[in-house]
Amino acid sequence: MAQTQEQTEHAPILSVSNLNLHYGEAHALKNVNLDMIRHQVTAFIGPSGCGKSTLLRCFNRMNDLVESARIDGSIRFNGEEVNDSATDVISLRRRIGMVFQQSNPFPKSIYENIVYGLRISGVNDKTILDEAVERSLKNAAIWNEVKDRLNDSALGLSGGQAQRICIARAIAVNPEIILMDEPCSALDPISTLKIEELIEELKSKYTIVIVTHNMQQAARVSDVTAFFYLGELIEAGETRKIFTNPEKKQTEDYITGRFG
Amino acid sequence: MIQEHISKAFDHELNDLRQSILIMGGKVELMIANSVKSLVERDTVLAERTIALDHEVNAAEVSIDERCLELLALRQPAARDLRFITIALKIVTDLERIGDQCANIAKRARELNEEPPLKPYIDIPRMAHRAEIMVKEALDAFVRGDAELAVKVCRDDSFVDDLNIQIQRELLTYMIEDPSTISRAMKLNYISKSLERVSDHATNVAEMVIFMVKGKDIRHTIA
Repeated sequence: MAQTQEQTEHAPILSVSNLNLHYGEAHALKNVNLDMIRHQVTAFIGPSGCGKSTLLRCFNRMNDLVESARIDGSIRFNGEEVNDSATDVISLRRRIGMVFQQSNPFPKSIYENIVYGLRISGVNDKTILDEAVERSLKNAAIWNEVKDRLNDSALGLSGGQAQRICIARAIAVNPEIILMDEPCSALDPISTLKIEELIEELKSKYTIVIVTHNMQQAARVSDVTAFFYLGELIEAGETRKIFTNPEKKQTEDYITGRFG
Repeated sequence: MIQEHISKAFDHELNDLRQSILIMGGKVELMIANSVKSLVERDTVLAERTIALDHEVNAAEVSIDERCLELLALRQPAARDLRFITIALKIVTDLERIGDQCANIAKRARELNEEPPLKPYIDIPRMAHRAEIMVKEALDAFVRGDAELAVKVCRDDSFVDDLNIQIQRELLTYMIEDPSTISRAMKLNYISKSLERVSDHATNVAEMVIFMVKGKDIRHTIA
């Protein structure tokens, strides 16, 4: 019994195999193989244009919106093929939420921002919505800051607060995975630390994949780090190993600031 | 071939650190040679100079420690750089202790020079010479990132250990035959033990160099 439990706990929630992605002629992802484990934080690092955001956007089919994008290979989410034509993309994006570089609250009240996902999936019961708002804002560590002004516009919040509202909005629909594409790059150091602390708390409930240009952030928040270069996954492994003694010279050169 | 950092200033800081450790190491090597020379040549002035040099070695330790902490705080080094700086921190502790051992040797030499020589010194200079080479090679290995040379240093430790045992046995025969030699024999015994400790510190440095280069900790594994 215990072993079965163990296996499920360490089974990959997302499994990428032989993934290739072309934007027209450009080969943006080259034969990527990588597993992401449930309740772990996986960080993608690498120089601009290395394919890390592109890969992140494959997980909830955001690249569907890019006409020239062509994908082959497999991405399995809980064993099911993400790229299958039968996959319900709306439901997929509910289960795999996303937070972007620029916080993008809707021009609505804080309350309506949080319940937006629930409302469009047909939930209108006020008790359920109220409960979701409180739970999500608490989980996003911003409840105390906004609880007295839930009906104020979310556009009046600071950058750090707006980003936590976006995280609260993402978790309001109870996703399994949260994708974060440079969630702190527009934030000051204190707001950044708050988001990082939040990531640490969220991983007991969700699986998190984060793209970051800040290598110290990857070192601080992630369990696993994957280093990409020119569309290839160069090395993935335990974060503490990658930052103290990586296997590949390219990884070492990048994290020590030697990349020419 | 190690590529340079994008930040040239960081490269300079690391080179400065490397140079400071080499300068400190040079002083320590001189202390090993001169402490034993002051005994063999009964040169008390040289013994005093050696004792005085220890203060410079102590000051170097403090200043290198400070520089390492600054680099850790300001540069947030990773991987090879992180290992280099943390190992620099530990190496200076070993170098400083070698300096202490040499100062102790010089103090015993100063005392022994007041009395008639117990015997001609043959094995103690041999020990000192080998220990000095070990320190030099351990530091060369550190600077060049040469794990093979570091392994050689670790192996050389047993040569010094064996000489120490041999000297102790020999001194014991002097003490048994003539109790009036006990005071001098004990001091020589102490010097021999100090040199054995010097080679142990050199071995520590060499082991850390292997860790720095290979990222693998071999401490407490080599017999």
